[in-house]
Amino acid sequence: MKKTFMNNLFYFFKTPPEHIRRPMRYVRMRRSIAFLFMVITIVPLTIMAGINYHQYRESLKKEIKAPLHNILNDIRYAFEIFIEERLSTIRFISNAYSDHELKDPDIIKKIFRALRHEFSGFVDLGMIDQNGILQSYAGPYNLLGKDYSQQDSFREVKVRGTYISDVFMGYRKFPHIVCVVERVTDEGKSWFLRATIDTKKYEELVNSVNLGPESDAFLLNKEKILQTASRYYGNVMEKTTLDIPDAIHGTFIKEIKDNTGKIVLAGFTSVHSDYIFVLVKPKSLILKSWYSLKSEMFFILGVSIIIIVIASIRLSNLVTNRIKTADERRETALKELQHTQKLSSIGRLAAGVAHEINNPLAIINEKAGLMNDIISFSKDFELKDEFLKHNQSIINSVSRCRSITHRLLGFARRFDINFEKLDVNSIVKEVLGFLEKEASYRQIDLVLSLNHEIPEVFSDKGQVQQVFLNLLTNAMAAVENGGKIEITSYYIADQKMVGIDFKDNGYGMSEEVKKHIFDPFFTTKRGQGTGLGLSITYGIVKKLKGKINFESKENIGTTFTILLPEEETYESMSEEE
Amino acid sequence: MKNKILLVDDEYEFVQTLAQRLKLRNYDVNIALSGEECLEIFSGQNFDLVVLDLMMPGMSGLEVLAGLKRAKQSIPVILLTGHGSTKEGMEGMKLGAADYLMKPLDINQLTDKMEEILK
Repeated sequence: MKKTFMNNLFYFFKTPPEHIRRPMRYVRMRRSIAFLFMVITIVPLTIMAGINYHQYRESLKKEIKAPLHNILNDIRYAFEIFIEERLSTIRFISNAYSDHELKDPDIIKKIFRALRHEFSGFVDLGMIDQNGILQSYAGPYNLLGKDYSQQDSFREVKVRGTYISDVFMGYRKFPHIVCVVERVTDEGKSWFLRATIDTKKYEELVNSVNLGPESDAFLLNKEKILQTASRYYGNVMEKTTLDIPDAIHGTFIKEIKDNTGKIVLAGFTSVHSDYIFVLVKPKSLILKSWYSLKSEMFFILGVSIIIIVIASIRLSNLVTNRIKTADERRETALKELQHTQKLSSIGRLAAGVAHEINNPLAIINEKAGLMNDIISFSKDFELKDEFLKHNQSIINSVSRCRSITHRLLGFARRFDINFEKLDVNSIVKEVLGFLEKEASYRQIDLVLSLNHEIPEVFSDKGQVQQVFLNLLTNAMAAVENGGKIEITSYYIADQKMVGIDFKDNGYGMSEEVKKHIFDPFFTTKRGQGTGLGLSITYGIVKKLKGKINFESKENIGTTFTILLPEEETYESMSEEE
Repeated sequence: MKNKILLVDDEYEFVQTLAQRLKLRNYDVNIALSGEECLEIFSGQNFDLVVLDLMMPGMSGLEVLAGLKRAKQSIPVILLTGHGSTKEGMEGMKLGAADYLMKPLDINQLTDKMEEILK
């Protein structure tokens, strides 16, 4: 079964070799049915799967991007609030106190204490005059008198009014930033309040993002120098190894390839226009569910397509085989009809000839008879016996011709069914008349055990003759020279049927042959038989409302049993109407 | 007294020869070559038996048989048939024929039948 299917599959695509090729018509039909079936099922299925795939991917992307967006925005706000808070505090101090007050070390120290009490992250606080010299200082270091005039921060704060430095390592080797605000006195002199803030808070903020495995989050400055620690993309204070797009405004998410070639989903948001916060998640991780869904989807699609292909091939085979069988049946019926017509026209011709010959035969018969009479009634003469002998042989020959013409006429009648009361035994004897010659040549022993008590059957003589003739011909073909054929007739009272057995001791039939013996064109007589004998026989017996059975064993012999109804059955009446 | 027989067949050679043979066997034989002639002759004379061929041009044997029976119900008729089947003979029997025989004939069979009927 599996092998057949694989063969089918194989030869579906490849034209089979000559010995197993079906007519090309059916191969083509099979292919086009299967192809059509596949197209009308696979195409919509694939389109549906494609649309589904696309829509699901889009919605999943949105679903993944939205929380990333939220995290980025939250962090941005947190950073901005943190910086803004510190800046506004410093601004507040610079507004609340004059430069003179702040120059007082006690006051600045008092303010610094209060500052540290209220806000986390302040490391020191100092006041710088317009020349960039540190005038007063509160904090852990002794920086008083330090000159800041040559530093970038000093120049920038003079232009912008505020300055926030990048993260840098101070004396104690911890990262921190510097905020500077400018104040202008009533006299027009500038002075500056400078605070150092450690960036532990940055780390805390960055770490507040609940990072999953293989994810990363960090803060960059405008030069893309890492401001906080990164897991994968460089050390603090160094340039990041991740490829960051230039010009970042607001928040956006982008798919990029990192330095290891991994596709990551990176979110960027610009913080206070000084920093860029970056959140990196590997795409594979985020889309894990998507990948599993995708593979499931492809799996289901694949399996469906395989099933469809198998089903299409099966279906096309089924349909084609049905059509083929129907075609073959029609062809067989046609051939059978042609054969029957041929036989019936031969029959008609034979009948015509027999008829024409019958009349002159009758004349010859009477003339010879008259000659016989004349010679018999006349007085003895020299060659009287000689004459009588020769004349008698004319009469005998006529008698032989008569039996031939009668047989021919009987053959012609075989093609119309005429139900009448028949003596089966005499039909058996008549049919044997055709075969006696061959049987005696081949020394076949014909054993008749006919029961003369059996009733007459209601059947058609010609058809019954044909059935017996076919079975006997087969039996003769099956036995060796010197074989034995037994014909037995009997009556089955409870079925009201007359049975006739034709038993031979020939070579019998194999199981395989037994299955096909009534199939038209099935023959074991290679090149000699038409394969129609038993199928016609079967048809006739059915038509006569009889039954046909057989038993056969290889090398032992075969017995065919024909049962014919004694009485006219209701069915036979209705069929004749 | 000789039995008077009417032989009916369209084949002259056959009917004439058969008549001669029956005459040799001491029958008074008349012949007719068609169904029409048969009925004409039959109406004019008194016959003991008719031997009638079923296959004739013109009136068919069965029609002639019916005509004979109409003219004289008791007339025995032996039918001759050229067919291998007994079908037409059986039909003739239904119409009142005494018996039927197949051509070519066995003269002894015919005379036996005739004797049996005429007895």
